[in-house]
Amino acid sequence: MSGSMEFLLWTKGPMFDIAIAIFAIGLLVRITEIFMLGRKKNFAEARAGEWGPGFRTMFTRTVADPGTFQRAPFNVVVGWVWHIGFLMALLLFLPHIALIESLTGLSWPALPNPVISLVTSVTLVALIATLVHRMTHPVKRRISTVEDYLVWAVVFAVVLTGWLAYYRLVNPYPLVLGMHILSAEIMLILLPFTKLTHIFTTFIARWYNGAAFGRKGVQS
Amino acid sequence: MAARKPTDKTLGESLRERGVSRRGFLKFCAATASMMALPPSMAPAIAAALEKAKRPSVIWLSFQECTGCTESLTRSHAPTVEDLILDVISLDYHHTLQAAAGDAAEHAREQAMAANPGEYLVIVDGSIPGPDANPGFSTVAGHSNYAMLMETVENAAAVIAVGSCATFGGLPAANPNPTGAMSVMDLVKNKPVINVSGCPPIPMVITGVIAHYLTFGRLPELDAYNRPMAFFGQSIHDRCYRRPFYDKGLFAKTFDDEGARLGWCLYELGCKGPTTYNACATMRWNDGTSWPVEAGHPCLGCSEPKFWDAGGFYNAVSVPTSASGMNVLAAGAAGVVLGGAVAALAKKQTKAAVAHRQPVTVEELEAKL
Repeated sequence: MSGSMEFLLWTKGPMFDIAIAIFAIGLLVRITEIFMLGRKKNFAEARAGEWGPGFRTMFTRTVADPGTFQRAPFNVVVGWVWHIGFLMALLLFLPHIALIESLTGLSWPALPNPVISLVTSVTLVALIATLVHRMTHPVKRRISTVEDYLVWAVVFAVVLTGWLAYYRLVNPYPLVLGMHILSAEIMLILLPFTKLTHIFTTFIARWYNGAAFGRKGVQS
Repeated sequence: MAARKPTDKTLGESLRERGVSRRGFLKFCAATASMMALPPSMAPAIAAALEKAKRPSVIWLSFQECTGCTESLTRSHAPTVEDLILDVISLDYHHTLQAAAGDAAEHAREQAMAANPGEYLVIVDGSIPGPDANPGFSTVAGHSNYAMLMETVENAAAVIAVGSCATFGGLPAANPNPTGAMSVMDLVKNKPVINVSGCPPIPMVITGVIAHYLTFGRLPELDAYNRPMAFFGQSIHDRCYRRPFYDKGLFAKTFDDEGARLGWCLYELGCKGPTTYNACATMRWNDGTSWPVEAGHPCLGCSEPKFWDAGGFYNAVSVPTSASGMNVLAAGAAGVVLGGAVAALAKKQTKAAVAHRQPVTVEELEAKL
């Protein structure tokens, strides 16, 4: 690794293989474990079905109930803004789609680059706001752990380096592109072992909640 | 080539002898200034410097190469290769271009070295089997490439590595590198090395670097890979005339679709312009006629290190070089098996704990206190 191009090729080659393997193995270990352990058998007679309410809850919980919004409007609004921004940049930027297509064969239309760059800028500001809020809000500050800050830093690094690479603000370009790919790989490696797993487990947890409510015959 | 003492005459004298007018000479200087991205006001300074410059002796060494770099050099139009050889430099040794052969050719090299110690330029194209490789992999007149390079650069003023093989190892050094090929800068540590990368490099970049050295008597400003900033300071992507289509998100998906016909960005077809630093987009090829992207083909990134091993030419820059979907599926399957084992183990431990549970009574606890 004597230069920026060698660094970029390392992140695109051997390091990518390592990261994607740890991600795939780790994530599947976690999810398989969750499903196989399941829940304790409920001997009570079911009052209604589980599947319908389970799936419904997977989506209805996406929108916070009015009470939550009144108690924590910042969390709801800024959380929404940066999550949507991150997903748009991840899934609708052409180079990312080309990467996904090379692995899965699936592709879809991209958004124009200026739209993605605007969305990414907004996401960056929102992410900084979440950090400031976490460090100044008296309760959040006390319940925050090292993992919370680590996860924030990794997500922020991915978005920031992507933004720097898009605007080609670091010279030579292979260096900043390699930094972006490497930070995304660090995120992939950490994903199964930190709270980032929620990207996948959120919907499983919601299904379990909704299914439990459905079984009891209460509103899900 | 007959032996001579090239440093006897200044460039100005030799040009006047050849009947080159003052006007023609200044035109050449202005072209050189613009090529090196210098302000036009530098042209008289270049003229003054070149007027007094001695024609340096140049030894051109060809090692593991395809002669494409020499082919490119002979298509230089400003200055032309004739200008370069007859007026600007004294090319004393070049396998392909020299008339002499055999011992006479080798004699010309030795004579040039002996006559101009510390002053001659060495230009190298092609990679070199390293000191640990079999010396017989590539020889010239019975000398291994490595021995000839080291002997020739010993008393050189500077070394110019021309082409991606000489600068980065190129095709011979591509995986699995059967000849142990190395670049010039891997081997030459005690002399200034200028890299003019490309497969082949743009002809005017080769001649421009030589002209710069003559004009200023020192090496041009170099980047991290020892390449002259004047030519390698900006990426293809930043100077590409198709860049507006990239910014708008308009991409050719195949070589014959509507986007390709309309001249849209070639990113999806594998263009390496974003990561490649070269002057193709501004200087272009064939006397400024066109360049690969203008001809509808993505940039291959030939002026960057390891470009042969950097993944498929027709894969986008963002596509990893080795991972495939099947590998990810295999890793996922391994994860399922491992997860199943972990869950089964946890269940077994829970069952064992339940089976061996020893209830504790309140009395027992109180007795322990």
